Amino acid sequence: MSGFLTMGIVQTALELGLIYALVALSLFISFSILDICDLSTDGCYTLGCAVGAVVTIAGHPVLAIFAAMAAGVCSGFITAILQTKFGVQSILAGIIVNTGLYTVNLGVMGFSSNLSLFGSPTVFDLFKSLSSSKAWKSWSPLVLLVILLAAIVLAIYWFLGTRLGLSIRATGDSPAMVRASSINPAFTTIVGLCVANALTGMAGCLIGQYNGNSDINLGTGMVTVALASLIIGEMFFKNGSMLMRIIGVVIGSVLYRFVMSVALRLNIPTEAFKLVSALIVAAALTTPQIRKLIALHAQKRASMKMSLEDEEEGGDR
Amino acid sequence: MLQLKNVRKTFNAGTVNEKKALTGVNLTLEDGDFATIVGSNGAGKSTMFNAIAGSFYPDRGSIILDGKNITFVPEYKRSVYIGRLFQDPLMGTAPHMTIEENLAIAYLRASKKQHAIFSRISKKEKEFFREQLALLDMGMEDRMKNPVGLLSGGQRQALTLLMATMVTPKILLLDEHTAALDPSTAAKVLDLTRKIVAERNITCLMVTHNMNQALELGNRTLMMSDGRIVFDVKGKERDGMTVEDLLEKFAQGTGKNFNNDRILLSTEQGE
Repeated sequence: MSGFLTMGIVQTALELGLIYALVALSLFISFSILDICDLSTDGCYTLGCAVGAVVTIAGHPVLAIFAAMAAGVCSGFITAILQTKFGVQSILAGIIVNTGLYTVNLGVMGFSSNLSLFGSPTVFDLFKSLSSSKAWKSWSPLVLLVILLAAIVLAIYWFLGTRLGLSIRATGDSPAMVRASSINPAFTTIVGLCVANALTGMAGCLIGQYNGNSDINLGTGMVTVALASLIIGEMFFKNGSMLMRIIGVVIGSVLYRFVMSVALRLNIPTEAFKLVSALIVAAALTTPQIRKLIALHAQKRASMKMSLEDEEEGGDR
Repeated sequence: MLQLKNVRKTFNAGTVNEKKALTGVNLTLEDGDFATIVGSNGAGKSTMFNAIAGSFYPDRGSIILDGKNITFVPEYKRSVYIGRLFQDPLMGTAPHMTIEENLAIAYLRASKKQHAIFSRISKKEKEFFREQLALLDMGMEDRMKNPVGLLSGGQRQALTLLMATMVTPKILLLDEHTAALDPSTAAKVLDLTRKIVAERNITCLMVTHNMNQALELGNRTLMMSDGRIVFDVKGKERDGMTVEDLLEKFAQGTGKNFNNDRILLSTEQGE
């Protein structure tokens, strides 16, 4: 263990996994629950990071998180309005917003492609300063993230059990039923996408504070990474209760980070990471169909074998 | 009371696919009326239902419910007082949500003010849902935590019926809601429909292809052809009618024979 995966690597994987879990949870709401493919995730993630970085540099690391979430809500709102009020296909709406956000993000960062948070205290610094013990210094980021994620998971679980949350779930499950129940599906879609993108924005802000900088290309490929985490999580807990499914998404994200850490230890170059994530997503998505094909093949062979036996028996008679 | 005044709708107007779906529908339903509707495929039965439910807005004419003009009220707002069941039992319920959650969403229509959007399903409501499910007598009251997707078509249609009527609607639209079910399940769902509609005195419109049902159920029979109501019978005249009379009326009203296999078959089979 200590040779291949050091404690430091495990700890980093856990920390990053928990931050990325927020994006995976965002896709859980938009993709799994609302049945919408929200491709604005990449841009929204960077937006959260950029807004968060600017507010953090201004000296308000906690406020930065809320500001990033608010920015995410705005982005989600525009994506949702394009879909619901103007009938733009959901994938196109996401792509349009994603493209536009690139310029917005540059603008937020003062038209520079990089912002350093060096010297500005972050939420991790604030939390670290609560105690001066050595163990606390190294473990406090993980403790903070675990507390935060636990709170978010419970909040999402609570929200999906409210009447509004149930309506959002029904919107993705049976739009006809929603209309027949006096709920405006446009409204539930807008609320759902706003909540989802608030989580994405928050993740962007946290990663900015965690890395100590904000980069315009930070979000590239984020939607695939989050989707991979989501699919890994849903593979294990698909038929569980809602709470188990939400926790499963977080676990999926952490597992994904572990896979990446292993890949790193196997000396796979970082440039290949996007390809590795794409392969993981492709593998996860094709697994059910491949399993079906294998089962079908086995069934065919068994059936042919039995038919042959039947014929032989018939010949004996 | 529901009133349709000269409701017209043409789809794809001005193109080769132009379809005059409704060509001047006039209908007045009194409170408590239970009218069955017959007519061949493409006569405009479902289109009329869509117009009443608000799936589209008519080109001309008006729809008035309880003295209020609802012609241009959006569909989701109308659903507060209009209940609807489709032929497909999979429509009208959310398959990945539990029975309880489905009922909770349907119950949102009860009163917006009492139900804050951030409130959860209360124990009292769960008890109420359980009682209502027990009345359906399909064993669903003990499966409230199960996803609706696991239910049979008949159970789902019964659940949809409960969802549509749990908050008594001003009008209930039944679009061949038993046609996709096997005969014994269909009979059971029909019995439930009859019971619920009678007990709560719900004003109801029901499309059917079964001529016996058309005369037997409710207090009024309508016949549609070419986007209009061509025949409307109730009271004594209806009581004395036979299936043959009805078919003859159809020929008179439209100038053509009722050449629909489904109708003829269901006529021969009886209920």
